[in-house]
Amino acid sequence: MYFSKKTLDSSSTLTRKWEEDVKTALKDSPDQKDRFSTVSDLEIKRLYTPEDIEHMNFRNDISVPGEYPYLRGNQSTGYRGRYWTFRMFSGMGSAKDTNQRWHLLLKQGQTGLSTAFDFPTLMGYDSDSPKALGEVGKCGVAIDTLEDFLTLIDGIPLDKVTTSMTINPPATILWAMYCAAAEIKGVPLAKIGGTIQNDMLKEFIAQKTFMCPPEASVKLISDTVEFGTKYVPRWNTISISGYHIREAGSTAVQELAFTIRDGIEYVEDVVRRKGLNVDDFAPRLSFFFNSHIDFFEEICKMRAARRMWAKIMKERFGAKNQRSWWLRFHTQTAGCSLTAQQPYNNVVRTTVEALAAVLGGTQSLHTNSLDEVLCLPSEHAVEIALRTQQILAEETGVANTIDPLAGSYFIESLTNEMEEKAWEYIRKIDEMGGMIAAIEKGFPQMEIAEASYRFQRQLDANEKIMVGVNKYATDAKQEIPLVDIDEQVGEEQIKRLKDVKRKRDNRAAAQSLNDIRNACKKGDNVMPYCIAAVKNLASLQEICDVYREVYGEYRDPGLY
Amino acid sequence: MPERKIRVMVAKPGLDGHDRGARVLARCFRDAGFEVIYTGCHQTPEQIVAAAIQEDVDLVGLSCLSGAHRKLFPRVVELLREKDAGDINVIGGGIIPEQDFAALYDAGIKAIFTPGAPLDSIVEWINTNIKPRA
Repeated sequence: MYFSKKTLDSSSTLTRKWEEDVKTALKDSPDQKDRFSTVSDLEIKRLYTPEDIEHMNFRNDISVPGEYPYLRGNQSTGYRGRYWTFRMFSGMGSAKDTNQRWHLLLKQGQTGLSTAFDFPTLMGYDSDSPKALGEVGKCGVAIDTLEDFLTLIDGIPLDKVTTSMTINPPATILWAMYCAAAEIKGVPLAKIGGTIQNDMLKEFIAQKTFMCPPEASVKLISDTVEFGTKYVPRWNTISISGYHIREAGSTAVQELAFTIRDGIEYVEDVVRRKGLNVDDFAPRLSFFFNSHIDFFEEICKMRAARRMWAKIMKERFGAKNQRSWWLRFHTQTAGCSLTAQQPYNNVVRTTVEALAAVLGGTQSLHTNSLDEVLCLPSEHAVEIALRTQQILAEETGVANTIDPLAGSYFIESLTNEMEEKAWEYIRKIDEMGGMIAAIEKGFPQMEIAEASYRFQRQLDANEKIMVGVNKYATDAKQEIPLVDIDEQVGEEQIKRLKDVKRKRDNRAAAQSLNDIRNACKKGDNVMPYCIAAVKNLASLQEICDVYREVYGEYRDPGLY
Repeated sequence: MPERKIRVMVAKPGLDGHDRGARVLARCFRDAGFEVIYTGCHQTPEQIVAAAIQEDVDLVGLSCLSGAHRKLFPRVVELLREKDAGDINVIGGGIIPEQDFAALYDAGIKAIFTPGAPLDSIVEWINTNIKPRA
């Protein structure tokens, strides 16, 4: 029991009295609406009391930071030794443009890099592909060959700065470029650190950046886990991501449940396919969550995620190493919570969301810029977003103590409730035969479609409010400068690619592509072959075309 | 004979997978009584036009959030005209800066809806401006 009988009796008596008081008060001043719920439509009570958490066991359910089940954090020391990593996602235009932005961010106190690639790169097409029409350099940086990559990391100390790369279907190739670049620069693979997102399940579920069918996609991911475990021990080879699930319109509970279930699927595949012991690789699995606008719901989601993963790793997979039990995560504030109308308000939204991420115990954070709903962020807007994190860390005192909201009747109760609802989803997906089977049935996709449609209808009915959109809207325009990527970026990129293809040893490139083809057919690990191929200046699309040829292509079933 | 329903194709040209808006609209159009065809993501303008003609739609709604609308939206209209299907109307939505509106209208896009547009306003525009073709 968490409370003495005396406390509970007293709480019960006073709560009953309070309920009567409320009834009386409501006669004179009724509530503004019938029902109060989170942005995810989870109903919230007017008051939480000791009775809501009386069943909790302190040792098993809460404990202290650095102790199972890690509800309060993985580290015993919290943020005192080191803040979360200030990691702003950036990428635009050419490799040279992005490299310049990176140097600027590092100068301003950013502590880790994070790469946004353009859509052709994300989808495994070169800049000269007809499918790349109008897209080159638009939403991130265009990378076709190792030459572009070397320009991208020019002057960046690969043994000191960790780099995250948001890349999924071609993750093996971009990571191979990073490894090859390290070798060229004389930095041993054992010294480089970073993350590749490399989470294909959430692509089928939500973000829709896919190339090969689910089964083959997961195989390639297991290849990277195996390679990293053996040769690149400081690399996080999967960032199991809820961010995009949430942006696609899921609820917080769906984000929590589907992300954790994706993690289970990856662990099962690596153990089964590669025969690795779970403790050999689980410590390098990392997660990525959204921090949306509903403050407490987000904090509870992150706390619940840590406790759930610890239980899963210990009980379901029998992991022995406590590092395997840790759920380490990066957070990004919610792009979908921002508004094109009155864009300066986005600074406020992002601040609240960033605070939630810090109180939820994130290891790393990207804060969105105020203009990201309209265009790629301007330098000025990025600086405000980075300063937002620095103000939270250095001025507000929120990082002084660990998990400061623990023990709150509301926080613990909501954390428990979200966890229970997430377990229900996980059980359901287990019954379907796992996440790949669930995806093939369209289950998570349709759950998200339902949730996003409900939210849009609630907005249209003014049951949910977005300031400046369906309430407090004005006709006055807040003009902000927009970043525009010149169409010329694409033309120059195509020219660079042609030059590389002209000067490279075409026979060596073709041979290394053939080696990848054979590795795919035999089921061997593709990573060593990818590193050799990128060194021979095989292009991103050339390698992806081999994957498409051997594994086939996945097409969007267009569920809604 | 009952009047034919308006047939709308919601299409996502280009490589971006941000399909939340497209999916929500597809549902909304279905609930509004239109016949709806949703293409899914990653369609080339050629694929969209072929599907629009084959499905005999009255309207194509394009959604793009990557910035590629400048090239892709006009291309869809151009291809429809080339295939003698210029009477199929095309509207667009997504992250479209206002500075691009004029060029898109000039290219033949009939209406543009950006974030914050209530669903009902889009349905109303369609009911007012689109008649089922004979």
